[in-house]
Amino acid sequence: MFIMNALKGDRGGQILLGVLLVLVIAVPLLNLMVPAGHALHVPTYTVTLMGKYLTLALLAVAVDLVWGYLGILTLGHAAFFALGGYAMGMYLMRQIGDRGVYGNPDLPDFMVFLNWDALPWFWSGFDQFWFAALMVLLVPGLLAFVFGALAFRSRVSGVYLSIITQALTYALMLAFFRNEMGFGGNNGLTDFKELLGFDLQSDQTRIGLFVASAVALMLGYLLCRVLMNGRLGRVCVAVRDAESRARFIGYRVENVKLGVFTVSAMLAGIAGALYVPQVGIINPGEFSPLNSIEVVVWVAVGGRATLYGAVVGALVINYAKTYFTAELPEVWLFALGGLFVLVTLLLPRGLTGLLRRKEASA
Amino acid sequence: MPMSRPVVRLLPFFALWMLVTLLLSLSLDARSAEQDPTLAHVSTLLVKKFDDKAKAVALLVETNHPRTEEILRLIQDGELYYRKNDNRLFNIPVAETGAQAVDLLDASAITIEKTREFKKVTLNNLMRGQIGLALAEIGLKSEDPAQREAAVRKLLGELSDESVAVLRKRIGAEPVSAVRDLIQVALAVNDLRNGDEVARLQAIERVEGSLESPVRTALTQVAESDVSPVVKQKAQLALNGIDEQIRLYGMVETLYFGISLGSVLVLAGIGLAITFGVMGVINMAHGELIMLGAYTTYVVQQLMPNHLGASILVAIPAAFMVSALVGVAIERGVIRFLYGRPLETLLATFGISLILQQAVRSVFSPLNRSVSTPEWMSGMVEINPVLSLTLSRLYIILFCLLVFVALVMVLKRTPLGLQVRAVSQNRAMARAMGVRSKWVDAMTFGLGSGVAGVAGVALSQLTNVGPNLGQAYIIDSFMVVVFGGVGNLWGTLVAGLSLGIANKVLEPWAGAVLAKILVLVFIILFIQKRPRGLFPQRGRAAEG
Repeated sequence: MFIMNALKGDRGGQILLGVLLVLVIAVPLLNLMVPAGHALHVPTYTVTLMGKYLTLALLAVAVDLVWGYLGILTLGHAAFFALGGYAMGMYLMRQIGDRGVYGNPDLPDFMVFLNWDALPWFWSGFDQFWFAALMVLLVPGLLAFVFGALAFRSRVSGVYLSIITQALTYALMLAFFRNEMGFGGNNGLTDFKELLGFDLQSDQTRIGLFVASAVALMLGYLLCRVLMNGRLGRVCVAVRDAESRARFIGYRVENVKLGVFTVSAMLAGIAGALYVPQVGIINPGEFSPLNSIEVVVWVAVGGRATLYGAVVGALVINYAKTYFTAELPEVWLFALGGLFVLVTLLLPRGLTGLLRRKEASA
Repeated sequence: MPMSRPVVRLLPFFALWMLVTLLLSLSLDARSAEQDPTLAHVSTLLVKKFDDKAKAVALLVETNHPRTEEILRLIQDGELYYRKNDNRLFNIPVAETGAQAVDLLDASAITIEKTREFKKVTLNNLMRGQIGLALAEIGLKSEDPAQREAAVRKLLGELSDESVAVLRKRIGAEPVSAVRDLIQVALAVNDLRNGDEVARLQAIERVEGSLESPVRTALTQVAESDVSPVVKQKAQLALNGIDEQIRLYGMVETLYFGISLGSVLVLAGIGLAITFGVMGVINMAHGELIMLGAYTTYVVQQLMPNHLGASILVAIPAAFMVSALVGVAIERGVIRFLYGRPLETLLATFGISLILQQAVRSVFSPLNRSVSTPEWMSGMVEINPVLSLTLSRLYIILFCLLVFVALVMVLKRTPLGLQVRAVSQNRAMARAMGVRSKWVDAMTFGLGSGVAGVAGVALSQLTNVGPNLGQAYIIDSFMVVVFGGVGNLWGTLVAGLSLGIANKVLEPWAGAVLAKILVLVFIILFIQKRPRGLFPQRGRAAEG
């Protein structure tokens, strides 16, 4: 009932959630029940790939929330995604226990390699899943809160904000590349064994992660939709379209921005946390400013301020990326670059904008 | 007959050259072994035991033989060989079959048939010292003051009774005061070691302020273990003074590094200051325009491989043109449809940057290309023993200032500059006054892009030229422009230089990466405090 209410008038959202629901039920069945070699069998590799795409779609939804509805072009959301990923990665590292290459029961391999004799303080607690899960939310949330509180209160906006968010993720990338930071330096965290006791290599776990990603995406989507349907959503749009006017009417613009920005960062963190066990590695490259910009492009390609457009964009471009980088690696950057240019020039409302126009004219 | 003219012109030179060769060979003949018993004797000694070789060297120095320096250098460089069957000495620069061997005594050249027939005149450490001293002594008598100074410095490094005697002899005859002072310092260092208390005290006074490293070593020794407490104390004071100076020069060096890094940042950012600052266009492809400039340098160098020195000068206008043309194409093709929508511009230009990167990768391969530094740009300027400045950095600093001044001039003194400023301040009004604003947009963007290309020429001298060159600088350039205040060239200059210096000052105690992080965090915080940068634009143009 609640879901129906939230999705009222949101055709795209209805279709999207419907498709996701079908996938959640069908994919596990087709993977586990249909024997390998059968035409309808979904190999585990594909399941994991789809799960990965869904986490990226959640990241795109988070970006659409701040860019589409609030007009903050963030070029640093990959930072929150990566922080969530690192929190999960740390938990997974602790789960390895003494099965690492060096067999040290207390220290992850890279610390043994660096001759450290004790776990740094910020690693304590990460052997508990609940703690790691909390950190997945808190660390990106806190960073977004502090950063946002500073930036929005001093009314840094527009391109300036874009540039300092980019500086933020760049600084984090440089920091995480340092071995002394205690996050595995250049190599990052990898070689994970199990999650909550489930073997990460097994089909069942992979399906579980896929389902978790799909559910997280659905919940995240609903959360954003509910927020944007209400009064807050209208204030956001007002801030986006006429910030000064909204402020003069009496809205505390910086508080609105700060709240939405923090929520968005937490969503990105969750996406990162689900992403890491599926790809099996997290390294500082995830912080690279290029990644953040790419996310923005997913949203732009899908269609801004629609939420479902972000999902469509993320899925389409990532599928294209997987295809091109495997088949025609030379062409991929040309295609992606060309897409940026064409979408901004010719399709300001993105791919889903095309469909909506048809719908309206029909 | 036009072809023969150069030959005719060269004829007198040719004749002269023949004459000189003839005279030389005559004079060499004149002092061949038969008429020169010393040399003959020396050459028999040099192929024997080390003791005999040392005697030979001593003999050469004692008799003040005219070829002493030449022979000693040959021995020192390991280019003197003797033939095993008749013990004749040969000068062999390259010991391989087919190479030339020149007879030391009669200067006749032969071709080496078997390298086994020759054996090198070897040295031991004792002889190496002896030869070094002898050469330094000869250097002291050189015509060139710089060579004399080098010789004194060499002796200062390895003071002995003999070298002190040599220096004492020389000091009265030395006409150049700088060299005389250095000799005094060397003698004082000797006094520090061997003199009585009065001499030591005087010596301390004399060496005060000298930055030569043996002085410091000697003073440290005295300050630690001298028998007289007075001398000890004075030595410590002098040492503190010297350390203070070394620290000062260290700071000067850091400052120099900082300014040169800052110049690079300014160069990278200043094109952006025009496109972003003056036009309000966020050009994420700016880094790739720098990259194109660097690749242009590479191509120019490939086209004229025999004129490395000139190629860099040709590359500057070439890079400007290439990047400017690409820039104008970007403006005409994409950006002009997106004016007033800065965020969309950002995305579109980012797409262009990806395309340019991949284009370069496809054309030049993803590997780095190396651009060589012309000779006139490499080397060092030695200010004093603890401070020497790299020439290439100096050129970068000068180049940066030159580009900056040129840009300011263009914007302030040319009709184009006037129109650019008019359009950036009030587009509608400028159009009403008859300014072709679209043309001005394209030219401004071309100017900014061209400057990026010129920056690429400078960067090609510092880093590897590869497809990722642009990405490495784009964030830094944005930081410089935003920190300095958008729309303000002076702000960009101040911001670039101060960020460069801050980076280099932090580096020694924080490490290169952490220094960079700290600078980034500082900028992020600074923007919170002053959202419009160091020198904000005021007035109506600033809004929006």
